[in-house]
Amino acid sequence: MQGNALVTFDGVIKRFGNFTAVQKLDLEIHKGEFLAIMGSSGCGKTTTLRMLAGLEAPSEGEIRLGGKPINDLPTWKRDTPMVWQSLALFPFLNVIENVEFALKMRGVGATERRRRAGNWLERMQISEFSERNISQLSGGQRQRVALARSLVVEPEILLLDEPLSALDAHLKVRMQSVLQNLQRELGITFVYVTHSQSEAFAMADRVVIMSKGVVEQVGSAQEIYRAPRTRFVAEFLGSSNIFAGKVASDGTLETATGKYRLPRDVRGNASKSAATLVVLDTRSYLSAAEPGPEFDRVKAKVVGEEFTGAMAKIYLETADGSEIRVQSGYDELADLPMSTGQELYVYWRPEDGHVLPIA
Amino acid sequence: MNDFNRNRFVEFGLRFYILLSFAFVFAPIAASFVFSFNSDRFPSIPLGTFSTEWYVAVATDPLVWEGLRNTLFVGLFVAVVSTILGFGAAYTDFRYRFSGKSAYLALALLPPTIPVVILGLAMLAFLSRINLSGQSISVIIAHIVICAPFAMAITRLRLSQMDPDLEAAAWNLGASEWSAMRHVIIPFASPAIFGALFITMAVSFDEFAVAWFVSGLNETLPVKVLGFLQGQVSPRINVIGTFVFVISMTLVIFAQLLLTGRTMDARAASDD
Repeated sequence: MQGNALVTFDGVIKRFGNFTAVQKLDLEIHKGEFLAIMGSSGCGKTTTLRMLAGLEAPSEGEIRLGGKPINDLPTWKRDTPMVWQSLALFPFLNVIENVEFALKMRGVGATERRRRAGNWLERMQISEFSERNISQLSGGQRQRVALARSLVVEPEILLLDEPLSALDAHLKVRMQSVLQNLQRELGITFVYVTHSQSEAFAMADRVVIMSKGVVEQVGSAQEIYRAPRTRFVAEFLGSSNIFAGKVASDGTLETATGKYRLPRDVRGNASKSAATLVVLDTRSYLSAAEPGPEFDRVKAKVVGEEFTGAMAKIYLETADGSEIRVQSGYDELADLPMSTGQELYVYWRPEDGHVLPIA
Repeated sequence: MNDFNRNRFVEFGLRFYILLSFAFVFAPIAASFVFSFNSDRFPSIPLGTFSTEWYVAVATDPLVWEGLRNTLFVGLFVAVVSTILGFGAAYTDFRYRFSGKSAYLALALLPPTIPVVILGLAMLAFLSRINLSGQSISVIIAHIVICAPFAMAITRLRLSQMDPDLEAAAWNLGASEWSAMRHVIIPFASPAIFGALFITMAVSFDEFAVAWFVSGLNETLPVKVLGFLQGQVSPRINVIGTFVFVISMTLVIFAQLLLTGRTMDARAASDD
């Protein structure tokens, strides 16, 4: 992917007083990709985006846009329009004036401005509201105005800071597909900051997971889901059961709850070293009777269940108090005794396990 | 309003109380208004006949015109300068975080809390020392000191209703700091700016004590009124009082309309 980078973060650090919001960030954002930066609040994702937009200055390191360093470029001289979490539409301007704003600031003439803004309103299917006040629009319509207002300058990159967080679930899903289609049609780079895994995984080509100012993992949704790199990522996704222990001399993992075989490709690695095994909750199964020797298993007590239509998520607790989740079809669970406190076997195929590269 | 949880007697009592308060506040002003149209020389009941002779007397008095001219000139000047100063102070508070900010705000809002007699005396002492006392400019300076905090408080309230992302959004869309000020901050704050213009003008128009100390021969209307009172008791005072009251109230009502009108817009916008 060398030479394909539109944005490069090169050893970027951002401190606010004694607090380090972003620690030594090295990241390339490719031309034309949909990149999501995900993490819980305070992880540095928004600070990263704001540094790219020029609203915060890096304390150390360099940010390059199209190969050129932009550290010292004020935000109004960068073409990095942003869609704000609050949308930040101008309440004293009507819809089309909002969209025209960036063109006006760039000295585009009035008729040309109106024409180009009008085109974008049409494209976002909000032409009929062009003379309306912002206060007269619904949440979804405002969202479209905010997008049109940022895209009217035809930038190479669009920054989005949790723009969907204020919408209800139904509208959120619809706006996700609007955003995704828009990004494909325009072929420009989208950098999308969110705390929502479903948003990031649904839309992005690549996802960056951050925690405490550090990038934990970069990869496609599938890569991250199947093979989390760190324990934080596995826990953050919440879709895997995590077993931490030491590699024994026979190549198995010794943990507080039992001995588990490691997947073939990592067996025999560094004996006596610490290792963490994760197993997806959809690849973990439940049974009342002891499963066959081809499976690894752990005994756990049922603590709760969550039914979501055809699927169910069962929460269990092992003897040492760690939580285990099993996700399964409703039918497969029908014959199991499922009262709270019931002891069951949780089992999986050793080859479905994944060993974290960083224990 | 037809909430069945309300007690009708309490409701009635509260309304009566409000009426009583308004009557108490406005009765002297109303009396002054009534007596300004009374033909009798002394304000006494029963009233004489309806007459506009005192209005004629006031309108033909060159001293009153001079006072009015002074008042208006001072008021306009004070309104413009203190609104600019107040806006600057309010924007500083909105935009920047710095150590000693609360001290800065306290100092900026201090002048109206100083007793006017002390302020007037201090102003006179200071202005005469730098040879600026007894002129219109002295009243202007003194009134700006009193009025700028009002302008700041009004603008600050408006700016506090502004989404702080709005200015950054303007920069992000290519507006320099000056353009963002012109195209975003000032349009957003404009109701407060006009409100501040009217309020500061009204304050300057009414202010007596400080003007009395520093005005010298360039007396404003309220100072003139005192002059009349000391010379002779004349219903002309009622006329001027009515006139000043009407002007001040008009300014305040304008300001009120501007300020509450926009607030209601904003509330309607945040409702959905």
